[in-house]
Amino acid sequence: MIRAKMAQFAKLAAALVLSFAGSLPAHAESGWGLLNMTQGVTEISRKIYDLHMEIFWICVIIAVIVFGAMIWSIVTYRKSKGAVADVTLVHNTKVELIWTTIPVVILVFMAVPAARTLVEIEDTTKTDLSIKVTGFQWGWQYDYLDSGVAYFSRLDRKSDAARELMSGIDPTTVDHYLLSVDKPLVVPVGMKVRLLITGADVIHSWWVPAFGVKKDAIPGFVNEAWFKVDTDKPGLYRGQCAELCGRDHGFMPIVVDVRSKADFEAWLKDKAAEQKQAAAPPAAAPDVATAAAAG
Amino acid sequence: MAEQHAHAAEHDDHDHKPHGWRRWVYATNHKDIGTMYLIFACTMFFIGGAMAMVIRLELFKPGMQFVDPQFFNSMTTMHALMMIFGAVMPAWTGLANWMIPLQVGAPDMALPRLNNFSFWILPFAFTLLLSSLFVPGGAPAGGWTMYPPLVLQNGASFPMLIFSIHLMGASSILGAINVVVTIMNLRAPGMTLLRMPLFVWTWLITAYLLIAVMPVLAGAVTMLLTDHFFGTTFFTAAGGGDPVMFQHIFWFFGHPEVYILILPAFGIVSEIIPTFSRKPLFGYEAMVYATASIAFLSFIVWAHHMFTVGMPLAAQLFFMLSTMLIAIPTGVKVFNWTTTMFRGSLTFEPPMLFAIAFLFLFSIGGFSGLMLAIVPADYQYQDTYFVVAHFHYVLVPGAIFGIMAGVYYWLPKWVGNMYDQTLAKWHFWLSTIFVNVLFFPQHFLGLAGMPRRIPDYAVQFTDWNMVSSIGGFGFGLAQLLFPYLIWKCVKSGERVVGNKAWEGAHGLEWELPSPAPYHSWGTPPSETMIARGAAH
Repeated sequence: MIRAKMAQFAKLAAALVLSFAGSLPAHAESGWGLLNMTQGVTEISRKIYDLHMEIFWICVIIAVIVFGAMIWSIVTYRKSKGAVADVTLVHNTKVELIWTTIPVVILVFMAVPAARTLVEIEDTTKTDLSIKVTGFQWGWQYDYLDSGVAYFSRLDRKSDAARELMSGIDPTTVDHYLLSVDKPLVVPVGMKVRLLITGADVIHSWWVPAFGVKKDAIPGFVNEAWFKVDTDKPGLYRGQCAELCGRDHGFMPIVVDVRSKADFEAWLKDKAAEQKQAAAPPAAAPDVATAAAAG
Repeated sequence: MAEQHAHAAEHDDHDHKPHGWRRWVYATNHKDIGTMYLIFACTMFFIGGAMAMVIRLELFKPGMQFVDPQFFNSMTTMHALMMIFGAVMPAWTGLANWMIPLQVGAPDMALPRLNNFSFWILPFAFTLLLSSLFVPGGAPAGGWTMYPPLVLQNGASFPMLIFSIHLMGASSILGAINVVVTIMNLRAPGMTLLRMPLFVWTWLITAYLLIAVMPVLAGAVTMLLTDHFFGTTFFTAAGGGDPVMFQHIFWFFGHPEVYILILPAFGIVSEIIPTFSRKPLFGYEAMVYATASIAFLSFIVWAHHMFTVGMPLAAQLFFMLSTMLIAIPTGVKVFNWTTTMFRGSLTFEPPMLFAIAFLFLFSIGGFSGLMLAIVPADYQYQDTYFVVAHFHYVLVPGAIFGIMAGVYYWLPKWVGNMYDQTLAKWHFWLSTIFVNVLFFPQHFLGLAGMPRRIPDYAVQFTDWNMVSSIGGFGFGLAQLLFPYLIWKCVKSGERVVGNKAWEGAHGLEWELPSPAPYHSWGTPPSETMIARGAAH
């Protein structure tokens, strides 16, 4: 009876491990296939993914050995099978030294690449473009520091309507439910984009998994982060606020629209012109220079 | 001292005790107070559990179906506070009250009236906290970690939260002092430190952790209070303060706190596995030293809870390395437990089943903990369901299973009756299966990018959330068996014959009759008894 149960347990554990491991090729459509971190679209995000897989497999190997020893002991040394306890087995310095030393070696093996990647992540020098990101309750403000372009980015209207309590709108009918915004952050591919992240009211956290960037947005402090999207990977990348920030914490997504350099330059120019026009007082003459000075 | 012992011995036979409500309100007997702690913890476990059911219900599918996001945030906040401070910590103190005097051969806890006080603070603390559900603005909703500035946005519940935390802290400190004094001063002659059962050892270390860090929490929440009401700016950047400083102070308390929740479970598992392997614990001294090392390390790893706040590189490297070090003593413990079973003579009564599940599932939580220590990877894991899965693996099949294993182990000693073991095995299998259905998919959700503490989610997360919710409902329902089983055991369990409820049991508690008399060890146990019990 108990044996059957243990076998059942072992099978369950094996199934869980297998389902975890078997998931590695990403399935796009069904939620069942979403089992693992994605590689992302930056060099850093891929390094993070590699570190994650490395430590994961180390854990799996250790688990197989340790759980194997446990299961083997449970199956072999049962009283019902006539096992007699060896009461002299209480201490063994050699074995104890071995199982203290081996983990130290494994940890050093893990710590070195982790530290190396961390040093790279923390290198915020030589950036090509600086954007100030301000988290507020509940959305994001983006300021392009070099060009003066600034705007707010919030949950898009459709998601916002559907997420009301008992809205009657089926979330599956909404495009990218809770993960789309009115105005995404626009950045170019292949450039090192520096983010200066802060909070306006409470602490938020700017997270885009595909870039491997998560940094807290703290009022009164400016945090730095950076990313550089692969030149062949323009597209829309989505994330969410990752630090509890009040009632609508779950409803302040991040969308980054990564464009080719030329498209980005054109967008930035248009946006700057548009904002200058909007900033100009209605009565004033359409003098661009005056508006710019005022702005 | 000798006089007191003689006096207590006179009462050994006729359990002289006050009757009715006085017995409980004026309680000074460690067994009565232990029972009250355990009943209190069980009650809080079900209230906190009900809150978890609300969370899992709302997360069953995307869209908001049942509650307002603010109320959802109150549920996550209150669930954590109830479970940590209301269920797990009082359950440990209850077990300490019951077992430490029995295990070290003491007639009672050293400070019985303090003991009464430390218990009776708790119902007031939790009434205060729970009543905040009904004040304008609702219950605290800023997370149990109470990060400013968000926590300062709570309405009328804010001071209630702060004062209830103060009360819980005071209760914990008093309870911890009592444990330390009892262990240091009331051990029977011959019960040397290295002969103490591991439950006593782990609790001694836990008590020191409590005394060290609960005042830190009290300080942190007091600063929140003055920031809110008296115009100080400890954590407000506009006034020269630092919101991140709160996180440092909080986690300086918070990380030892998680070991406060788990160390006594290590002790219980270290008692149960030898009993049902019919073999002494492997590496007793190594276990003691490993526990002490874990406790020491717990003071220098706190900032791994906040790698994304933007710390200097050197600080991140330090906290990564110190955190990784914890794997070593923890590994030693797991290896020792495994080796205790190796070449044993194993049987699988309910306490052993829970202890074995603890070994496997706590280890899974340990593995994800190691993954979380790797800072670059932590940037992706931080504040996602991967973290939720991690800490629930160490706290539910870790701490909670440890408590249940302890109750199933010692219940026959307390009550004098054996419980329905078949039903207890049902409780075990349902809990173990559902706890995995509940928490394992949360690893997937976190890795796929679902943040924690959100009331609604993008549709691609639906499938695993449904599975997780089904696991949650199953786990919640299965727990109803637990109080029923205990009630049935008290009412109509089969009488335990002799002192030992379990064939392989060793230790002073098993030298006493079952049920343990109301006043025990009025005469200290003999050296032979101590030597027999401490057959490591």
